[in-house]
Amino acid sequence: MTEKTLHMTIVDQILKGNVRTTARVLRDIDDQIPSARSILKELYPHTGRAHIIGLTGSPGVGKSSLVDQLTLRIRKEGLTVGILAVDPTSPFSGGAILGDRIRMQRHFLDPGVFIRSLATRGHFGGLTRSTNDMITVLDAMGKDIILVETVGVGQDEVEIAQSAHTTLLVTIPGMGDEIQAIKAGIMEIGNIFVVNKADREGGRKTLQELRNLIELGMRRREETGWEPLILETEAVKGRGIEELYQGIRRHREYLMTNDHGQWDSALAKRARTHFIEVLKDELLETILHRMASRGHSLETQIEKVKNKEADPYSLVQEILARELR
Amino acid sequence: MEAERKIRILVAKPGLDGHDRGARIVARAFRDAGFEVIYTGCHQSPEQIVQTAVQEDVDMIGLSILSGAHTYSFPRIMELLGENNAEDITVVGGGIFPLEDIPKLKELGIKEIFEPGAKLSDIIDWVRQNIKPRQAVVA
Repeated sequence: MTEKTLHMTIVDQILKGNVRTTARVLRDIDDQIPSARSILKELYPHTGRAHIIGLTGSPGVGKSSLVDQLTLRIRKEGLTVGILAVDPTSPFSGGAILGDRIRMQRHFLDPGVFIRSLATRGHFGGLTRSTNDMITVLDAMGKDIILVETVGVGQDEVEIAQSAHTTLLVTIPGMGDEIQAIKAGIMEIGNIFVVNKADREGGRKTLQELRNLIELGMRRREETGWEPLILETEAVKGRGIEELYQGIRRHREYLMTNDHGQWDSALAKRARTHFIEVLKDELLETILHRMASRGHSLETQIEKVKNKEADPYSLVQEILARELR
Repeated sequence: MEAERKIRILVAKPGLDGHDRGARIVARAFRDAGFEVIYTGCHQSPEQIVQTAVQEDVDMIGLSILSGAHTYSFPRIMELLGENNAEDITVVGGGIFPLEDIPKLKELGIKEIFEPGAKLSDIIDWVRQNIKPRQAVVA
């Protein structure tokens, strides 16, 4: 079989929803195998159908349990679900324990649900380097809804808002005071705020703080025409899931129908992030490759910077001038 | 930019046995050895284990079992791997096994059995020597 026909067979299997092939290609993407890119090229025209929903929030707020419950609800509509769940890589060993599946066991045998656990592998921002490409694959595979669960985040990991059409910010009662809430960053990206474990003490206060926060964000609301929803849930009991599901649908309808061109700008945002990501990767790879072909190793350059023989700014300019002529 | 391929391992507990201390310790040791470990918790059916292994594209499945039900679950898992075109995934077992069962399990294709007293460092060395991240789909 020629390389070209092998590619097409693989692409065809993914488009038909073959789980084994899809899973293997996802691995190649995660490991940044260059040949995976040729498959992504073929898959890209088949994307754009899926509704991408991001769930983000601090560790332990119940993101995985919400993914589990939402999946159950979405499957009742007969829609298929792809799940990407990110957990942290140890900065010391490079290993990871990926445990988000523990909460999703009931979906393991459902052919309409595909779950993949991802490790951050040193990437900051809440996702992984490969997440956008993996979304491409699940979208092309025909999943109607893709749920992306970020690693447990703090204040500034807002990448998910560039990748998802609808972003849920999950919190729990008693997480932080009003000063936390007026800082910039994560609190600004939610289209829907979810107060999970809402039966806990302080639930009402958390709701009130969120309402105040959104009230202050009037300007943004006027620009976009979307008033962020604030919803209460108890994921382990399934309470509030119906309202959350309806809220997500409302956000999708809003994106699709309003005059502010929100769907278009959501697509543009995704396209921009994805394009710049690929551009950076390809540029870096091209330059390292050209350097290597002249016998200039990356390590040598790093050594020069380390020994203060050169500053990184001039060195990079010099290399670019030489390699991109 | 080609990153180093990581070894991906599923640590799973088949059946009704809920004692997962050992499985968790092994999972943690694998993490510290630089592997990516998918941990799914207790009470997994062979079907759930194999589906997870396929979706997560792991190189190895480590089955932890203390209940004695390995005579059902291990053969069933091997059978399902075959049905799913995934016989290239290495399967090992850890836990308590009657000595006479061990050769039978190996005959089924279980590559190694780690009994009580197995050292974590020995298990990790075994993985490093025997498990290689698989080839890319398209070279």
